[in-house]
Amino acid sequence: MTMTSMQRTLTALGHGEPDRVPLFLLLTEHGARELGLSIEAYFSCAEYVIEGQLRLHRKYRTDCLYAFYYASIEVEAWGGSTLFIEDGPPLCAGPIIRSPAQIDSLQAPAITEAAGLGRVLDTIRGLKARVGDTVPIIGVAISPFSLPVMQMGFDHYLDLIHEQPARFEHLMAANIEFTVEWANAQLDAGATVICYFDPVSSTTSIPRELYLTTGMDVARRVLPRIKGPTATHMASGRVMPILGDIADTGTAIVGVSALEDLAELKAVAHGRVTLLGNLNGIEMRRWTPAQAEFAVKQAIAKAGRGGGFLLGENHGEVPYLVPDEVLLAISAAAERWGRYPLDWVEAWQK
Amino acid sequence: MNDQVNAFRALLETLDRVGAENAVNQALATLTPIQVIDRIVVPALEEIGRAWESGEVALSQVYMSGRICEALVEAVLPPSDPDRKHQPRSAIVTLSDFHMMGKRIVYSHMRASGFELFDYGRMDVDELVDRVLADKIRVLMISVLMLPSALKVADVCRRLKEAGLAVRVIVGGAPFLFDENLWREVGADAMGRNAAEAVTLVSEWMEEMEA
Repeated sequence: MTMTSMQRTLTALGHGEPDRVPLFLLLTEHGARELGLSIEAYFSCAEYVIEGQLRLHRKYRTDCLYAFYYASIEVEAWGGSTLFIEDGPPLCAGPIIRSPAQIDSLQAPAITEAAGLGRVLDTIRGLKARVGDTVPIIGVAISPFSLPVMQMGFDHYLDLIHEQPARFEHLMAANIEFTVEWANAQLDAGATVICYFDPVSSTTSIPRELYLTTGMDVARRVLPRIKGPTATHMASGRVMPILGDIADTGTAIVGVSALEDLAELKAVAHGRVTLLGNLNGIEMRRWTPAQAEFAVKQAIAKAGRGGGFLLGENHGEVPYLVPDEVLLAISAAAERWGRYPLDWVEAWQK
Repeated sequence: MNDQVNAFRALLETLDRVGAENAVNQALATLTPIQVIDRIVVPALEEIGRAWESGEVALSQVYMSGRICEALVEAVLPPSDPDRKHQPRSAIVTLSDFHMMGKRIVYSHMRASGFELFDYGRMDVDELVDRVLADKIRVLMISVLMLPSALKVADVCRRLKEAGLAVRVIVGGAPFLFDENLWREVGADAMGRNAAEAVTLVSEWMEEMEA
């Protein structure tokens, strides 16, 4: 029986085996290419992104629609600005917190007053109207703990965490209110799941001991207030030492890095959280179709059996510079090798 | 690795500034400042760099270790000290994107290792090439986080080569870690997998250039 993308995904999330491994290629700027628009023009109008996402979904037979625009759109709501480039993700043009003292009077902005966030909500509503409950729609909220990298710069933020605990807590309190409101607005608009980007919590960024008292504490204050399932994504950062801790925050999915072994991650995650990953989005740019097929087979062989696995790249966004032929090869390989019961795996691994 | 380096590394990883300062002062009783840097500070930072690469320590520890060491070395070997390593003329830059963390870490590690270098901040290709030529830079360290920025290193290398400047380019940042062939593809002379490795490479180049 062929399942819808929603049925396929829900089965995998329930740690069961659907008809095939769900394909979660998280594509953003590729929609601009489909419509023949610049990236800046593409993100200026919700209708463009709706059309772009629907075309990408059909073209690459993905199992999700991705309502993410770019990370800095959240900082725009706080008074920040965005710099658009021709061939990659729009960038946060500079910090909004230039002195730690500014944190003392910082208050979360209202979601309703941010034009960029309004476009994202319109996009989700439009996608929901087109696909109903057949395809999962992914919304995105940057973790309150990771948002300060854009709000004030990573180095200044690390200084704050280590040297000014009271101000750090004040910043977290403001950010938590923003993130909760933003995530729930997307769910109200029709998003199925919220991708909670939290790269600072990765053990690439901070040690586990610090995570337990900061990023994990924040996640425990945020995730129960989000009225839907969440996927915690470390944007290609490592998670192995804290995978169990992340599962304890109540998240349903964890996005994992190409720097870690999927089989080892699956052994820890099995039955607790679903893994999303971990194709190397940077290398992907120059893969041949054969290399793409091998990478897909390897990922499925390591993590596909028993469900609890969504095939995707490892950063939370496929780079714009990854060409169509690679994405088509990934899609074809997922279709060919992702069919359950995956009875080819044992022989292939030998 | 000797016990002194091990102990100093542990102090840095636990962000024990006072302990690190005491360790340096204790070593200064028998060693010169530059010997303390070369025999204790640099090896400890190298170990921390390697540990980050293998996932044993986190970026925050690398960053804070660099900051602690930079301040300690600044105190015992001020910029005007003749033992400071001013040659070859070196510069560091974040190319094109706005992610400054990598550059900040490498800059700290370079200064904690006794080097003086230009900090160009963030620049685009044109501005960077003009500045490197004007300053007659011999070693250029480029940090990036985004893939499009990494690919722009190719323009920088090509234009510097066309201008005939004998400059060596070392690159670092996430795209180069995730694609091990990328630094060659963009025409760089080397990549630093971590900050300390970048310092080691520049030290080796310095010796070659002075030979």
